[in-house]
Amino acid sequence: MTGTTDTQARYYAGIRMVPFDLLKELVLALLGVAVLIAVLAAVLSAPDVPPVTIGSWSQADPVDFVTTASAELAGQSGTAQYGPPYNSTPDAAQALGPIVPQDWAGISTPIDTAKEFVLHPLELAATGNPTLTSALDTYNGADATHQQAWLDSYTKALDGATVENGQVTVAAGDYGPVPTLMGSLLGIARSGGLDALLLENGRFFQTDFTRPLLFMGDGNYMSNLAADQHLTGDQWGVMNETGSYPGQTWLWLYSVWYQLPPFNTAPNADLVIVLIVLALTTLLALVPFIPILRDIPRWVPVHKLIWRRYYRSV
Amino acid sequence: MSESTREPVADRANWTLALRRFLERRLPIVHLLPDRQPYYVGSWVYIFGVVAIAALAWIVATGVLLVFFGPQWWHVSNIGHFVNALHFWAVQIFFVFMVLHLWGQYFAASWRDGRAPTWVVGVIVFAISIVATFTGYVAQQNFDAQWIAVNAKDAMNAVGVGAFFNVLNFGQMYGLHILFFPIAVATLVVVHLVQVRMRGVVKPIDPPGAEPPQAELPRSDPHASQGPVA
Repeated sequence: MTGTTDTQARYYAGIRMVPFDLLKELVLALLGVAVLIAVLAAVLSAPDVPPVTIGSWSQADPVDFVTTASAELAGQSGTAQYGPPYNSTPDAAQALGPIVPQDWAGISTPIDTAKEFVLHPLELAATGNPTLTSALDTYNGADATHQQAWLDSYTKALDGATVENGQVTVAAGDYGPVPTLMGSLLGIARSGGLDALLLENGRFFQTDFTRPLLFMGDGNYMSNLAADQHLTGDQWGVMNETGSYPGQTWLWLYSVWYQLPPFNTAPNADLVIVLIVLALTTLLALVPFIPILRDIPRWVPVHKLIWRRYYRSV
Repeated sequence: MSESTREPVADRANWTLALRRFLERRLPIVHLLPDRQPYYVGSWVYIFGVVAIAALAWIVATGVLLVFFGPQWWHVSNIGHFVNALHFWAVQIFFVFMVLHLWGQYFAASWRDGRAPTWVVGVIVFAISIVATFTGYVAQQNFDAQWIAVNAKDAMNAVGVGAFFNVLNFGQMYGLHILFFPIAVATLVVVHLVQVRMRGVVKPIDPPGAEPPQAELPRSDPHASQGPVA
């Protein structure tokens, strides 16, 4: 036993040892933290703003919903043009020179926005609905040029759209079957049906919300709500949370770069910033081996405060 | 050496015995549960670490309750909401004191005398804790979770991890949050604590008449790390 206890006994040789109760300290800390979090929880509670659903979105802002759905159908939405891991849009991936990590894993979650966000849900809902069935047949039977022309005209017309009885109305024009498709999709969405249809995967249970979240993320409604809650990227983004709660303050070193030029406008900001933060974290871990960084504590007399009693005694 | 005291060949090849002897030599119970400490360990800085551990214990305890009743419970039950608030504030306290502990140990240059691995593991605990908490934020099933996930996916995809770490997949994030990351953080914290207890608390910086301390890799013989003492 002597050979073992000497490890620290010899390190501390000549230093006065005083009684210490590790277990009592831990128990007191547990009790102290219990009281603290109980008071904070009782007085301040915690944030829990209800989630947005496609149903609530389409009811609150039907024009934004239809505009987004039209973009999904036209292949013009953020998700449709995202690149990996959802699709293979050329030059969409963030790159650092020739390094394109976004391409490395390929299309792991393939998403065809026109088919999965619009046409497939409409096909599922078209049973017993000859008007919708006919509109789908017309759209699917048209060539790409006609489809695009209808969608372009309809999207422009949505700028002046009005909402009556929950339906989006645009000025008369040559939109083909698009208004029927969008009117049907809006009706399904307002009923809450599209939330379920976007999760449909052929199995009963599911826990993957990738598709409805991407769909909602393509619209403006969600980001407007986020801006109201000071959650957008130029407001320190995901570091904050709803209400006046502290949020993930420990992400400040990550969020700060998004506030600074050139990162706040760089197309590859996410890639560059993640790499910077990884590099800084590695530096922090390796501080003991890095001259200057490891010497700063000797130059800055904070340790004189930490060990006041010691330095007084010597 | 007499025949009776010579170690049998079988003992020298015994892994269990070797592990026991290593633990007896490097981590005796008197180091694991000390009742004495150097007199200079009398600063509030030394409290930060233990408070962080206490907060972690409450995070786990409240997290187990939340898991037991399921991810929907705290949205529809007042008691559940309170338990979630306890979980939330325990996380906040954990990070506040972990950061204070980190800065305290930095300005104490606590990696000296062979303690660099302790520092490295501590920073890894900090980094893993951030990811652990992040998975909790995106698994909340509320607006915060939706917005954070929709935005954070871009960073994950940009660095190529989105293919197997899909922040929009609640099931994956929830599973990682309640199983993988708690085990990872708790294991690393235990490793960190064992490292601290094995070597004890580092001496103050630059005792009068001492050579300036240098960071170094751990030495196989901890006795060699002795510096001048007060």
